Amino acid sequence: MNKPRTGRRMRTRIWAGLAVLTGASLVLAFLPTVDRPVRANASDAEGYASPLEVLLSPDGVRLYVLCQESEEVRVLDAASYVVIRNIAVGRVPRGFSLSPDGARLFVTNSWDDTLSVIDTKTLAVTATWRVGAEPSSVVEDNAGKRLFVANRISNDVAVLDAQTGSEEKRLLAGRGSSYLTISPDGARIYATHVYPNPPPMRTGLENRTAPESEITVIDAARAEVVDRIPLHGIAGVFHGVFSADGRLGVVAEYHPKNLVTLAHLEHGGAFEDTITVFGADVGKTVEVPLDELERYAAQPFGVAIAPDKSRIYVTSGGSEMVTVVDVPRLLGYIHKHPGPLVQDLSASANYVVTRIPVGLNPRGLTLTRNGRTLFVANRLDDTVSVVDTRTNRVASTITLAGQKTITSIRHGEQTFYTSRYSFQGQIGCANCHIDSTFDGITWNLEPDGFGRSIVDNKLLEGVKDTEPYKWTGTNPNIPTECGPRTEKYFWRSENYDNLTLADLAVYVRSLPPRPNRWRLANGELTPSQERGKALFERTVDKFKKPIPEVNRCSYCHSGPKGTSQKIFEVGTRKPTDNTGLLKAPMLTNIALTAPYLHDGSARSLEEIWTVYNPDDRHGRTNDLTKDELNDLIEYLRSR
Amino acid sequence: MKKFSLFVLFLAAGTLAFSAPPTMPRFRFENFTTANGLPNDHVYAVLVDGDRIWAGTENGLGLYENHAWKVYTTADGLAHRAVLSLALDKRTGDVWAGTMGGLSRISGGRIDSFTQLTSGLSNDVVYGVSIEGENVWIATAAGACRLNLETNQWSLYNERNTPMFEIWSYSVSATPTKVYYGIWGSGVLEYDQKTGKWDKYDDPDGETEMVLFKDQGLIHEIVTSVSYVDNVLWAATYFGDSHYDGRYWHNFLKKDSGLPSNFTNVVKGVDGKRAWFGTDKGLAYYDGVNWAVYTPSLKDGRPEMTVRDAEGNVTPVAVTTAPAHNYILGIDFQGDDIWVATAKGLSHGIRQKQ
Repeated sequence: MNKPRTGRRMRTRIWAGLAVLTGASLVLAFLPTVDRPVRANASDAEGYASPLEVLLSPDGVRLYVLCQESEEVRVLDAASYVVIRNIAVGRVPRGFSLSPDGARLFVTNSWDDTLSVIDTKTLAVTATWRVGAEPSSVVEDNAGKRLFVANRISNDVAVLDAQTGSEEKRLLAGRGSSYLTISPDGARIYATHVYPNPPPMRTGLENRTAPESEITVIDAARAEVVDRIPLHGIAGVFHGVFSADGRLGVVAEYHPKNLVTLAHLEHGGAFEDTITVFGADVGKTVEVPLDELERYAAQPFGVAIAPDKSRIYVTSGGSEMVTVVDVPRLLGYIHKHPGPLVQDLSASANYVVTRIPVGLNPRGLTLTRNGRTLFVANRLDDTVSVVDTRTNRVASTITLAGQKTITSIRHGEQTFYTSRYSFQGQIGCANCHIDSTFDGITWNLEPDGFGRSIVDNKLLEGVKDTEPYKWTGTNPNIPTECGPRTEKYFWRSENYDNLTLADLAVYVRSLPPRPNRWRLANGELTPSQERGKALFERTVDKFKKPIPEVNRCSYCHSGPKGTSQKIFEVGTRKPTDNTGLLKAPMLTNIALTAPYLHDGSARSLEEIWTVYNPDDRHGRTNDLTKDELNDLIEYLRSR
Repeated sequence: MKKFSLFVLFLAAGTLAFSAPPTMPRFRFENFTTANGLPNDHVYAVLVDGDRIWAGTENGLGLYENHAWKVYTTADGLAHRAVLSLALDKRTGDVWAGTMGGLSRISGGRIDSFTQLTSGLSNDVVYGVSIEGENVWIATAAGACRLNLETNQWSLYNERNTPMFEIWSYSVSATPTKVYYGIWGSGVLEYDQKTGKWDKYDDPDGETEMVLFKDQGLIHEIVTSVSYVDNVLWAATYFGDSHYDGRYWHNFLKKDSGLPSNFTNVVKGVDGKRAWFGTDKGLAYYDGVNWAVYTPSLKDGRPEMTVRDAEGNVTPVAVTTAPAHNYILGIDFQGDDIWVATAKGLSHGIRQKQ
């Protein structure tokens, strides 16, 4: 008779003990501390979170964290950092924003071309809308009528009905349209882009001209492009932001020095890491460096301005820090020094207050309304740094739930993005391979000689098993490509240890190709692509004459990735080239990667054959009509 | 009482016999030439975009805004200095310019150009361009083209996949339901947006300059301009003009209409009944019944306006201004005003109260 009572007591005690333990562990787990990382979830879920962007709700109560790898929005209590909800969204989310009233959270899912609409009261996805190719950022206008979505692949900003998601139109933006910000008065939307715009004119030297980018200015009420602010010499423009009074705009950007041989890292000869400031406070558009002689702010990405306009905060994904700029000093310096500032590595000492070390690959950032706390998403260590802006120090670090063991791929990715291996921490792989892709510009690399062998930068996704590497095919494998060559000629610094190099190679090999947007959803080819495929595979020309093997598209570009991995001479050698022998490049997502040919001299796929194949050495194509060449290109786009 | 009735009848007959000409629009023409900022006097096309006027000239694209001209040239990225055709994407505000060396898109001050070497464009000589939805429809010297702005896919239409016998496409007018092409020597081509099928309208008299079958089809095979508005097709040729409402054709010839010449470069419909015609001998307006012609005199250059009523009575109207030249190449509307591209300048016809 006692047993049940004893059992009940025991069970009660066990439950009570468990409750105390759980409560204690919850308290321990969720209390933010300065000294140790704060866990933001009790579970240790599989996979990494990879926080890319952070947002605060208008009332400052919630912290939204966009996690790219776990493909979710994590909603945290902004005071305790306790996870309130994890909301699953689409594939590879890249951007998010709140409606002006904070009632809805919009998430762009870059790999499935959708927009998730989240009700911030219920924290549930209420709608998923189809949008353009690779949506990367979204903002709603102040009237709540329209949504603007930056589409990276279609190079435009789509205008959607904010209530139904139906697309009204698309506005031409810069190439790789990716980030949007709205002016505080809601009148203008500013769009930036990550790849430089194509040169407008045929000069024969357009592959050796400085990159040009723009800030696309959209009238929010008319939903029309009303201006394009030119950004000379810039290739890769990321987040932009405005001061609360709307008088100061800032964008973060890369300034590559691709017209000189990449051999002068010790002289700052690869990249400048800059911001461009504009607006009434500046009076004109001014590019200013964030770098200094011994310290570089590699891969600037996120930018925020303090509510009182005293500070600008810029994340540097490669340098793993936040640069703090004193705004009055910056404006004073600009007004005093009207000349170009970008090449002056002593300039930043006049306005950079400090540099705050944060986590690995810091990206998005957001400030509390009082400006006292800055949250920084550290993508590659699954943390959010909480910065006290009065001390400019990390007060605490929120550790997001997820895989804690560092896999080879993860370590390789960290290695890929960091700039710590290069001389003075100037550059990382991701400087030229933006988001692990490419940069749309051509370079002159030292190993081939100064002024020799200009090369176009190639897409990395899908490079696994397409060796040999380099345009000339002289590197037999990825470790050779990423190891001795990179260390010696690019980094000019310490070597990778064997493990790091192996992990870097594993990461590069792991990069999957993004979905091909020119292929039909059912995998079938369009009639035009079908006709193009037949031309690609043909063995006789239109005059019934057999085409030699080396002049057939399908011979050199064979296999699932469109490369036979063999070396050919296709008649594209230039006087500056050391050799005309080139490895047949893979065709995966070829539509994305203009310019073309080894030296980027073909601005479009068409030019490969309309300009650079006069003798049919790069495939038998001169018997084709224009319609047929268009069909061939449509097929290539589907690869 | 009888006398009074006779008097009324006499008065009525007198009124009919000596009635005033029909009231037709009157304009005060302000003309632009190189003397006041136009990049070149040879103006092939004009486009109205609200308060902004675009002029496609032989030497650059002019934009008239706030009483000043801005000129875009090849140095700005324009495909070629000679701009033959213009179209406005009303959704985005982008302007498309067909040139002698390719197609250019002007968007927020940036110019992107497409040529037969750099893109899928069938030919660099772009005579006509028209925007409908996400598609840009293009008339070139080597067939018709369509560029889908969402997919960047080019579709080419020529003798191999349409009933186009000649490929010299001179004009295009695209709407959500139909797209019409005027083909120089091959009549009018019709594309049905719903079915994706092509149809063709020819001169029932064949490729001759005779008109044996009037009002039974297109007036001539050499079509220079098409305008599709209110489900009505207006087609201009070098040998007269045509109106087609989907069932009936009506032809206009100088001899039996108010056209100043059969040689018509451009037609632009106001609606299904009214249209403007640009000929080699002046600008003509048809209101569905009556005609008016505006031109500098071919003899002495003095401004002229004539009105022709339904009975064929032609009445001169005293005017003090006229279009810059009698050779009219382009027409566009700005409210009640009209803008006219001519061989020697651009003209702004400012509608006068009557």
